[in-house]
Amino acid sequence: MSESRGIEAPWERWAVRFGVFLAMLILVAPGAWVVLTAFRPNIEVLARPAVWIPQNPTLDNFARLFGFSSEQQGLPVLQYFTNSLVISLTSTVVAVLIGMAGGYAFARFKFKGKGTMFLAFMLSRTVPGVALSLPLFIIWSRIGLIDTSWGLILVYLAVNIPFTIWLTDGFFRQIPQELSEAAQIDGCTRWQAFWTIEFPLARSGLASAGIFAFLTSWNEYALASQLTRTTASKTMPVGLMDFTAQFTVDWTGMSAMAVLIIIPALVLTFIVQKHLIAGLTFGGVK
Amino acid sequence: MKFIHSQRAIPYLLLLPAIIVILSVVLLPLLVSLWSSMTAYNLTKPATLFQFVGLRNYERLLSNSDFWWAFGRTFVFVTITLNVEMVLGLGLALLINRVTWGQRTLRTVMMFPMMFSPILVGFQFKYLFNDAVGLVNNALFDLGLITEPIPWLVDATLAPLTIILAEVWMSTSVFGILLLAGLMAMPKEPIEAAKVDGCNPFQVFRHITLPFLMPFIYIAMTIRSLDVARAYDMVRIMTNGGPAGRTELLWTLMTRTGYANSQMGMANAMGYVSILLSIVFTVYFYRKLVAARAFMGGAQ
Repeated sequence: MSESRGIEAPWERWAVRFGVFLAMLILVAPGAWVVLTAFRPNIEVLARPAVWIPQNPTLDNFARLFGFSSEQQGLPVLQYFTNSLVISLTSTVVAVLIGMAGGYAFARFKFKGKGTMFLAFMLSRTVPGVALSLPLFIIWSRIGLIDTSWGLILVYLAVNIPFTIWLTDGFFRQIPQELSEAAQIDGCTRWQAFWTIEFPLARSGLASAGIFAFLTSWNEYALASQLTRTTASKTMPVGLMDFTAQFTVDWTGMSAMAVLIIIPALVLTFIVQKHLIAGLTFGGVK
Repeated sequence: MKFIHSQRAIPYLLLLPAIIVILSVVLLPLLVSLWSSMTAYNLTKPATLFQFVGLRNYERLLSNSDFWWAFGRTFVFVTITLNVEMVLGLGLALLINRVTWGQRTLRTVMMFPMMFSPILVGFQFKYLFNDAVGLVNNALFDLGLITEPIPWLVDATLAPLTIILAEVWMSTSVFGILLLAGLMAMPKEPIEAAKVDGCNPFQVFRHITLPFLMPFIYIAMTIRSLDVARAYDMVRIMTNGGPAGRTELLWTLMTRTGYANSQMGMANAMGYVSILLSIVFTVYFYRKLVAARAFMGGAQ
């Protein structure tokens, strides 16, 4: 911090710089190496002794994934990608709408059983996905939701709603209640006051809640791996797992698929980073 | 009917969709799970779902050494990773907090691992630690440190360590980010007063910084204990419980029993044990959080 700068010895400053450099290297290198691998021919990866600097950068791995290459690729990655996108987007939009209503109720109303209900929502989140997958598998197979996008969307709703409620409750509580009260005195209904005053103010918070919900669904594996069976509903993480099991030495192909999973995560991290910390801490501390 | 149209009904109506979803996708399955854990349900024989056997599955679990090993391993795994992540995350936060230039960028970079799918992190480390083509072995070779490849994920002692490393890489940021937020929210006056009174940096950290950070540490612990089971994805792709069951955690054993061996009744009994384990961890840290918050009451 700046106030300690004056008494900081030069060696200390260099130690901090070195430490930061090392930490960032450890955080970035693994992902960067996978990205790099995605743009190399497989021969280069398998070469002995190791080739460190890419000699022949190529887009061939991605072409193979999407079936644009003469070389046959065994996995319908494009279909998995579409499934992932549809499932994650749908569950996100619905989870944010439902969670927003719930968060608003907790932030603005006093009602019987409020504390218990809030706790119950949060406790529902402690159930590990793997454990929940067992009974869901039993039920979904009996009512025909197994291996459907809707089956997975419904599950991700349940996973995302508690967290969305928690986040939006915090965001709504930060908006002074007087604002909507003033609008109501001026003749707005509570419904109008919400959409014209509180919703726009909470929009950034809702956006970050949405991004979290999206990433949770996009990244989820444990439930998806048991509740999907075919290309009808398999998602990218399940596809990546299949890939590693079937084509064990096609490291560049796997890396290319991994990159397709990373991209949304990276983009969204940049967008959400401003709201993340606020969202996570004020719910807990204040 | 009168209630539905009254003002008092509004919060309940707003919460209704959320309640319906949670009831039907979490609570109902948990009841089914509880029921099936008391049956001899076998996936290959659907009728066995109604063959009630009482607590037999739980009794068998108690005398099953594979289960106890997996349980113990999971407990140790969670304890080690949470503590290592806390210490490293604290170090990372203190470090970044001292940087004045480009702090925003560093914070964004710090967030990357949090956004990665656990299956992706697992793949990444499976690749980095592959004995034939992995970055780690390649580097050690070229530096002349080894002549034979190290079988990171095949060796009985190295495999669990590699998995712990992957888990720590993935989740240290959670602590880093939250503790950094704590450090930035911290008032400067007490530290300066302590320095004037002649406290050394260690004393300042021990008696002022650390107590202030405690609620943040417990928030991070609570958030982390909510998703410890993410480790399942990683183990699944990296070793799938091997070599010789040395990385078998409660969660991998559960799916193996349920899906591969079709013993759904038994698997659901394990499921309940794992749920209880998660709840115990979460509630433990949540209560610590509430206590720490009450203790900090005046300062906030």
